[in-house]
Amino acid sequence: MLREKITPDTTKKEIGQISEISDEKILDCLQCGKCTAGCPAIHGMDIMPHQVIRLLQLGQVDKLLASTTIWGCAACFTCLSRCPRKVDLSKIMEALRLIVLRTKGNQRLEIDKVPELLAKQIPQQAIVSGFRKYVK
Amino acid sequence: MSVIASDAVIKKEAGFEPLIVAFCCNWCSYAGADLAGTSRLNYPANIKIIRVPCSCRVNANFVLRAFQRGADGVIIAGCHPGDCHYMTGNYYTRRRMSLLKNLLEFIGIEEARFKIDWISASEGNKFAEVMNDVLAKVHQLGPNRKLRDSRWRR
Amino acid sequence: MQRVGVFICWCGTNISSTVNIEQVVAALENIPGVVYIKDYQYMCSEIGQNLVKDAIKEQNINRVVVASCSPRMHEATFRKAAAAAGLNPYLVEIANIREHCSWVHKDKEAATQKAISLTRAAVAKAILNEQLIPGEVGVEKRALVIGGGIAGIQTALDIAEAGYQVDLVEKTPSIGGKMAQLDKTFPTLDCSACILTPKMVDLALNSKINLYSYSEVTEVNGFVGNFEVTINQKARSIEMEKCTGCGICLAKCPAKKALSEFEEGLAKRAAIYTPFPQAVPNVPVIDRETCIKFVTGKCGLCAKLCPTGAIDYEQKDQIVNQKYGVIIVATGYDLINLDRFGEYQYLDHPDIITGLEFERLVNAAGPTGGKLVRPSDQKQPKKVVFIQCVGSRDKSERGKAYCSKICCMYTAKHAMLLRDKYPDCEAYVFYIDVRTAGKGFEEFQRRAVENYGVNYIKGMVGKIFPGDNQLQVNGVDALSGELLQLEADLVVLAAATQAKPEADEVARMLSISIDRDRFFTEAHPKLRPVETHCAGIYLAGACQGPKDIPETVAQASAAATKAIGVLSKNKLVNNPCVAKVEQAVCSGCLACIKICPYEAITEQVIEEKTRGKVRLRRVAEVNETLCQGCGGCTVACRPGAIDLKGFSNQQILAEVDAICR
Repeated sequence: MLREKITPDTTKKEIGQISEISDEKILDCLQCGKCTAGCPAIHGMDIMPHQVIRLLQLGQVDKLLASTTIWGCAACFTCLSRCPRKVDLSKIMEALRLIVLRTKGNQRLEIDKVPELLAKQIPQQAIVSGFRKYVK
Repeated sequence: MSVIASDAVIKKEAGFEPLIVAFCCNWCSYAGADLAGTSRLNYPANIKIIRVPCSCRVNANFVLRAFQRGADGVIIAGCHPGDCHYMTGNYYTRRRMSLLKNLLEFIGIEEARFKIDWISASEGNKFAEVMNDVLAKVHQLGPNRKLRDSRWRR
Repeated sequence: MQRVGVFICWCGTNISSTVNIEQVVAALENIPGVVYIKDYQYMCSEIGQNLVKDAIKEQNINRVVVASCSPRMHEATFRKAAAAAGLNPYLVEIANIREHCSWVHKDKEAATQKAISLTRAAVAKAILNEQLIPGEVGVEKRALVIGGGIAGIQTALDIAEAGYQVDLVEKTPSIGGKMAQLDKTFPTLDCSACILTPKMVDLALNSKINLYSYSEVTEVNGFVGNFEVTINQKARSIEMEKCTGCGICLAKCPAKKALSEFEEGLAKRAAIYTPFPQAVPNVPVIDRETCIKFVTGKCGLCAKLCPTGAIDYEQKDQIVNQKYGVIIVATGYDLINLDRFGEYQYLDHPDIITGLEFERLVNAAGPTGGKLVRPSDQKQPKKVVFIQCVGSRDKSERGKAYCSKICCMYTAKHAMLLRDKYPDCEAYVFYIDVRTAGKGFEEFQRRAVENYGVNYIKGMVGKIFPGDNQLQVNGVDALSGELLQLEADLVVLAAATQAKPEADEVARMLSISIDRDRFFTEAHPKLRPVETHCAGIYLAGACQGPKDIPETVAQASAAATKAIGVLSKNKLVNNPCVAKVEQAVCSGCLACIKICPYEAITEQVIEEKTRGKVRLRRVAEVNETLCQGCGGCTVACRPGAIDLKGFSNQQILAEVDAICR
């Protein structure tokens, strides 16, 4: 894999959008990693939860928008309940998802496919939550 | 909505720069104001501080005089109840000034123009917050005309 | 006629960068009474002070206004300068145009206008200033030290060394505090008891020091030089003079169920106990809640066995009243309660312990005789996980937002001791940041990593799952992003330090202030770190903020020096800004007497001649040595007969007028 040099840029408009949507302070984070250590949904994540905040602190939103992490977050609030800095990571994940979904044409769940998914016996709760999480 | 409304008021009183007199006790609030200074916490220059040994030194006359001479707001700040350097001074302040607050309301001075708060020496943040808050409210209310001595021009 | 000299300080660029000095000078020129204006870069410097002195002598000014930093900073400096030039120091007035103006405003024009306004108010006040001559009051040559940890011990020894009487009040049965519980001390690894116990013995043998152990201060009145203190000596149920400390009672006591406070609950103690063998004083205490004699009335074994008949079940609390010149507060700290940290399972598993409990487990005098074993099965652990910042740097309700300061170092020490004693035992330390600011501290911590092979992991533990035999620790290495799973035998939590729960009460009693973390506040964070805002009361040790032993000892000695400074004076100068009664106006209603918290106002009967007749009339009278100058009475006075010198009604009204112009 080729390494590319990045330039930290905290003035990006997405950073502002994320703070506005989530109302969380990303600079509060000390990078202790307690969120990652306790995350029950970690196995599907390519970027660790604490790294999500670090990348935001460096202004690397693009990497996050392309990651699987933001879709894997179950918003269970385990991280928040243990975070020494009271950073609500699930809100930041939600903000990141919204930034993707609000871009024109982006839809993570196609409604036409729902009957098919139902046939595979996904619990209804999951479908409802999927609508909230994956659809505009 | 409230933001829009306040904008309108400010426009109406174009150029209105409120004057606010703050009586601060030497041990807590004056030190809190010093801390706000050392921490470079911004608050508007409209607030002018008068140092008193204890908030209980503030006579109702001083407050009335300030309003009479054209102040648009008055703040009295002391130590938190129980923390008074002189043991019980701020309890007297609390009683006396709640009476004065009633009187001021009765004679038509808006409640927001007269603020009593407790700010300790370690609460530089709170000092700046209270000052900003009072100023914003007084700004909305516009100049104080009720008690102003007509012979006194600012 | 008042001739006012105004001195405007630039404070380098601190003031002059936001306030246009020229404009201020120009605005002040037109004020009646102002005859001399001077601005200078550093008014508080010697040259600046000379400007003030010269102007007093040459320009004949008799009122001085200095527009500079806060009066809390340099009022004393300029008063001294004025006094040196022959002017009464209380004719000096300060306008605070730095903390209250240039530092908080960005708009240059607004700041300049405000500076003018504040200086004008100071001039208005200065014109009305009167010469004040402070009174004098005697000093009680005796110091009170509250708290018998290393801070209190050091302070007491230092004051006694200077030749003054010291009373030390300790709440628990023995002095020694937290330091007595520790095993080794960083960064030199010398044994804590070996360096502390000689000091404890010194203190016990020192004829200048009087120790009130198992006692509490219940009331404090008065002021610097003359504090009146009430001490409650709790009933020990043992006569101190008769007890020889033989220890028969401790050994034979049948009630051995109570958890030892000194051993952090890791061992049991008898109902009659001394906290630890080297206790000072070496006199036991009966814990009346667990003693069979006190609970059921049937036992009394200790009284039967005591060879000197020292046991006294009828003993009552004793109240001692004593006067002191100074008070040093050295009440120490506690560890936070870990109940709310569910993920660490501290409450649910005996093998998850705090750092202080670890100290007891490795201490040769501890419950295991210095053999490190797991509390659950008494087996020696093979893998120990240390977790730092448990509750420190934690903004949530569970923890403390500040850094506890000592944990990085003591965790390194623990891991090092562990690896030293049991080289086959692995040590893992989870940390957020390692902070080793201190002499020899960084080298110490690096030694733990490089020489002792302690594994440092930057990251935190998410949760601990107690298993059958071991504790499953799920953590993360934040640097690599790898998830870690460790099977640990013992987990040590570096719990945050916090102020004592009694801090609020102590602060209220002494009328000193506490910060939002309930540590006592020093008078100035940099320049007056051991004084409080209350004259004559000083701080030592961790009651003022988290501290390690060297810092505590340094502060304790500093507090002692400050205390000796007061004790060495025969007379103290009073604050002359006190209330005074215009007796001709006084109606004798005496509403002021009820207001005064210092009982400084008394009733007086004066003779008055009216139309040739002599009449007796009741008026109020202020005792100037007792009055502290709060001014509460001035507002209560119906006829307006009481005024406060230095802050008179006329002066404050003049300030209001000047500001509202």
